[in-house]
Amino acid sequence: MRAVERNESVIWRRRAPKAELVRFAGWFALATLTVFCFQVMTRDTVWSFLLDAHIQAADLGSRMFPPNWGYIDKLWWPLWETLNIATLGTFLAILFGVPVAFLAARNTTPSTTFVRPVAMFFIVASRSINSIIWALVLVSIIGPGALAGIIAIALRSIGFIGKLLYEAIEEIDTAQVEAIRATGASRAQVLVYGIWPQVRPAFAGISVFRWDINIRESTVLGLVGGGGIGLQLQASLNVLAWPQVTLIFLVILLTVVISEWVSAKVRHAYI
Amino acid sequence: MNGAGQPIRWSAPPLIANAWLRRSLIAGTVIYVMLALASLDVNWQRLAEGVPRAIRFVSAFFPPDFISRWSDIEAGLLESLTMTLTSTVVGIGLSVPIGVGAARNVAPRWVYFFCRSIIAASRSFQEIIVAIILVALVGFGPLAGFLTLSFATIGFLAKLLAEDIEAIDPSAPEAIRATGASYLQWLNYGIQPQIMPRLIGLSMYRLDINFRESAVIGIVGAGGIGATLNTAIDRYEFDSAAAILLIIIAIVMLSEYSSSWIRRKVQ
Repeated sequence: MRAVERNESVIWRRRAPKAELVRFAGWFALATLTVFCFQVMTRDTVWSFLLDAHIQAADLGSRMFPPNWGYIDKLWWPLWETLNIATLGTFLAILFGVPVAFLAARNTTPSTTFVRPVAMFFIVASRSINSIIWALVLVSIIGPGALAGIIAIALRSIGFIGKLLYEAIEEIDTAQVEAIRATGASRAQVLVYGIWPQVRPAFAGISVFRWDINIRESTVLGLVGGGGIGLQLQASLNVLAWPQVTLIFLVILLTVVISEWVSAKVRHAYI
Repeated sequence: MNGAGQPIRWSAPPLIANAWLRRSLIAGTVIYVMLALASLDVNWQRLAEGVPRAIRFVSAFFPPDFISRWSDIEAGLLESLTMTLTSTVVGIGLSVPIGVGAARNVAPRWVYFFCRSIIAASRSFQEIIVAIILVALVGFGPLAGFLTLSFATIGFLAKLLAEDIEAIDPSAPEAIRATGASYLQWLNYGIQPQIMPRLIGLSMYRLDINFRESAVIGIVGAGGIGATLNTAIDRYEFDSAAAILLIIIAIVMLSEYSSSWIRRKVQ
């Protein structure tokens, strides 16, 4: 019954009473679970520290402003390094990600039973771990510096490029591939003339999109020693030089906005 | 046309049709890569030292050590998971009104601009930077992480929700309005049913993202499994680190599959 009779008049309801009850129980369970999780999460929290949070905020604000504009001279080189980490990392990721995508796509992989699961595992493992965690691991292995940052960015991006590209490859039009094959083309020629032209716009879009994300991520890799402007951020945070931190935040914000604008422009041109 | 009997060479059309633009882009890229590589300062000696460490790190995966630091791992994991759920729920709770306010077709002009600027602020600051500030304000621990992720959820969810509301079929809300419904009734019966499947899908997706992010913000002191991982690596306990990485991969895979399953179900 979707309508309920009450006081001799019929009132419309969206759901039957039973469905209503089930939904209510679901929402109630979610709310209970959330409250429970919140309590577990904050069992070690000292709430009295929070009472003066607004005073802390005002204090922090007064320390952070005005930004230390003079510090910008020391930021040009780290900024260049950040750009390099993101760009070289993206190139490296394309170098490895494209073959992985072709090995993972159902219609181009040499073997669905052996090669495809391995390629899929690489994609999933690369995607599950954020580049800053890759950087954390790499810095402890090969030492701090831009190289660790580049490899960290590349390791995270391989999975991203691999996943989106293999999905694009699986969605291609088979008629063109068959037409190329009918001319007597070899496997490699089919790949180059039948498949690649179809996924090229997607490839360009994915690469530029990932480059944009990588610029964003490479700005903070320095926090764990991965080079770039994050290194300056970490140094400034360690000595509580808040006016410098503010300037770095502003520079990062500007960089991110510009890279997003560039990537949106390029993607509009191709897709 | 070539002369008779001459084979015609065909080549695929390039991605960028304008030849000069294409050549200058290629030249620019080559020059840039050379400059970038030249400014890359690689310490080869340190790199050579890294080889045995890399071997140690890789061999730490066979087998990883779940046991000796299990209590730390468990605590970190519990923080990450609780942080993920609470921040997603609170984040969605905040995103829905902001998302409705940021949709041009349902909100007045000034509310629209106000909500859009909240979204822009949330989107332009990365989680790590927000976490640094919040750790400075509320202290170390998962509460800072919870606040960070809730704030970050707004930028993602409210933006996509607003875009969804702007793209709905206007005839249903118009029909509801014609019955003389109030503004809230209009939202509830005209708009909400149309966007609900997508809202559930996006929420599931955000839950997945929030778990991944909760593993990251621990590095700057906001609690969670990231903090445990950071400690393990600082102590060069690669076998514990390997165990943590495997746990993260497993949970991300699980949440990705279940979230895509739920999304397929509701859409």
